[in-house]
Amino acid sequence: MRHIISVLMENEPGALSRVVGLFSQRGFNIESLTVAPTEDSTLSRLTVTTIGEDGVIEQITKQLNKLIDVVKLVDLTEGDHIERELMLIKIKATGTQRAEVKRTCDIFRGQIVDVAPAVYTVQLTGASEKLDAFIESIGTSAILEVVRSGVSGIARGERVLSV
Amino acid sequence: MELLSGGEMIMRALKEEGVKMIFGYPGGAVLHIYDALYQQDSVEHILVRHEQAAVHAADGFSRSTGEVGVALVTSGPGATNAITGIATAYMDSIPLVVISGNVPSHLIGSDAFQETDMIGCSRPIVKHSFLVRSIEEIPGVMKKAFHIAKSGRPGPVVVDVPKDMTAPQEKRPFQYPETVKLRSYTPASKGHTGQIRKALDLLLEASRPVIYAGGGVVLGDAAQELTELSRRLGYPVTNTLMGLGAFPGSDDQFIGMLGMHGFYEANQAMHQADVIFAVGARFDDRVTNNPKKFCPNARIVHIDIDPASIQKTVRHIEVPLVGPVKSVLADMVEMLTQMDVKPDQKALEAWWETINGWREKHGLWTGDRYTRRDQIMPQDVIRVLYEVTNGEAFICSDVGQHQMFAAQYYKYDKPRQWVNSGGLGTMGFGLPAAMGVQLAHPESAVAVVTGEGSIQMCIEELSTCTQYKMPVKIINLNNAALGMVKQWQDMQYGGRYAGSTYSDSLPDFVKLAEAYGHVGMKVTDPAQLKTRMEECFSMKDRVVFMDIYVDPDEHVYPMHIPTGSMKDMVLSKTERTK
Repeated sequence: MRHIISVLMENEPGALSRVVGLFSQRGFNIESLTVAPTEDSTLSRLTVTTIGEDGVIEQITKQLNKLIDVVKLVDLTEGDHIERELMLIKIKATGTQRAEVKRTCDIFRGQIVDVAPAVYTVQLTGASEKLDAFIESIGTSAILEVVRSGVSGIARGERVLSV
Repeated sequence: MELLSGGEMIMRALKEEGVKMIFGYPGGAVLHIYDALYQQDSVEHILVRHEQAAVHAADGFSRSTGEVGVALVTSGPGATNAITGIATAYMDSIPLVVISGNVPSHLIGSDAFQETDMIGCSRPIVKHSFLVRSIEEIPGVMKKAFHIAKSGRPGPVVVDVPKDMTAPQEKRPFQYPETVKLRSYTPASKGHTGQIRKALDLLLEASRPVIYAGGGVVLGDAAQELTELSRRLGYPVTNTLMGLGAFPGSDDQFIGMLGMHGFYEANQAMHQADVIFAVGARFDDRVTNNPKKFCPNARIVHIDIDPASIQKTVRHIEVPLVGPVKSVLADMVEMLTQMDVKPDQKALEAWWETINGWREKHGLWTGDRYTRRDQIMPQDVIRVLYEVTNGEAFICSDVGQHQMFAAQYYKYDKPRQWVNSGGLGTMGFGLPAAMGVQLAHPESAVAVVTGEGSIQMCIEELSTCTQYKMPVKIINLNNAALGMVKQWQDMQYGGRYAGSTYSDSLPDFVKLAEAYGHVGMKVTDPAQLKTRMEECFSMKDRVVFMDIYVDPDEHVYPMHIPTGSMKDMVLSKTERTK
């Protein structure tokens, strides 16, 4: 099963490599990974999506917790949560295609953020499946370049991950 | 406030931490630290002959005392040579602080002479590591390093120090912190009372209980508490390889080591148990055999300081209990006293009868099963070693067949008496570890049980033994081959000895020992074994290298049948369990 694990860690050099290293060292899988400092400059927040059976996920959270640089973590998929991913995608847009891309973009509530004579660059935000669906609708032959941020997530309601 | 250089700060921090002795090897990047070392007298430095040995010696020092072991190595090759030692300590949860030099800060990342990314190299095998970024942070870093190394589940901590951080002319205010607080690190200091109660309830319901105690009991200084609780319950106790000595090996209640080369009775008892009480043990693959077939009828209580050890390999843990084993066991003893409930004596008697039946059938200690007259049997060497040392020596083992014989045939009555590389299985560990043990216990007999394969991996340390007069006794079980490899090749590869023999190129160990100024002894006659061993241990001030020629074809038994359950064992070259 897919899990989204959110980690608060010390904003120290080397902390990220410990987390990433742990995954490769112990044969855990990483689907996506995002990391950036938080409003508290001493803390970074890292979101990792991973796939594994319950035993593996249990080990991932326990082993992460053992890292001295990891302050706190939560498996967001254990409760209601919001997940978002940002995608920038460059699409061939010439002739009749131009209007078609624009329409698809509107349907997915994407925004065209850059325009060139034969190319649209589209920005799209949403859950990963929505981004996948957009790519499928456009068709790989029209896609020139894709960049995705990886998943960020936060719990719904009053639950917060903080120190 | 006092002004000190970074090098002086490191030495002062060691003093503040109560460190009396460090093991190291100098080089360019640590010369400032060595100069600071030279100008103080509270910390003694032991110069080894290879950095791997520095870490093993610090490790042996720690294993035999419970204190944090300290090693000091230079950058580049000094640091990478230390890696095997650090990995050894990591796998066995030994508290170490390894200080490595690095090139000056401005050269980091430039492929400078003797530069290695030590933080990166050591990352998967340390509990934590620090790269010193300013001189001011040295006292705080050292305090944290020691705190992290020894608290919770202990482990090695690397402190990597660029050379400019220790320059003698750069003085900064020094104040050693009294306390340390890490918001992200608070190991459990006590077990959960509700869980302790549950654990005890389950234990008292048992009719076929086994207490399975591991290295955590030794490291957590909980042998006394374990022994008391075990005696109160009257349950059979088995120890892991790392746990030997956690419960007295000569006690009738001890049913031997368990696992791959564990005692028949211990493994049978585990398999048939209805309740298993796992204390400071981690269900290692060398214990469980196939985890899917592990003890199918057992309800399991597992105490461990490390939550990640619980349910890692064996998943059906009924009562997980996170906490330091010492306090948890003490709480259990107290609770047991208050409860005034006794185990089911009738069931227990029947259980002991079954266990004693197993003991009689295939136990290690029955009769002369392993005694032959024409050649020295390795098992007999350990038996004689046990007799000659009255069971009181520190036994430091290398890795291989001799290690298993030493684990099986020496009865360890005290924790920290048995020192071996259990998790990583590091050949070359024995001699340097024994140096650390001997320095920590100058009056005690310290024996290295080794083979002609392992001993050659750190044999250069015979020179260190000369320099610091460490009278370790080397018991070399010489079978002229890499015995454990050869055993597997016998069992699974049709006796094709690929890369496991070298009989025509072994050194003359007697002459080698003498070349270093030690006593060498060659023993081939079984009839002389005991007198020569007595002679060896009577030379209290000398290193004695006993080169003992043993049966080259002997295998270690019993042995788990791979992929089987705990009870499935090869008992000898011709017998197996049904």
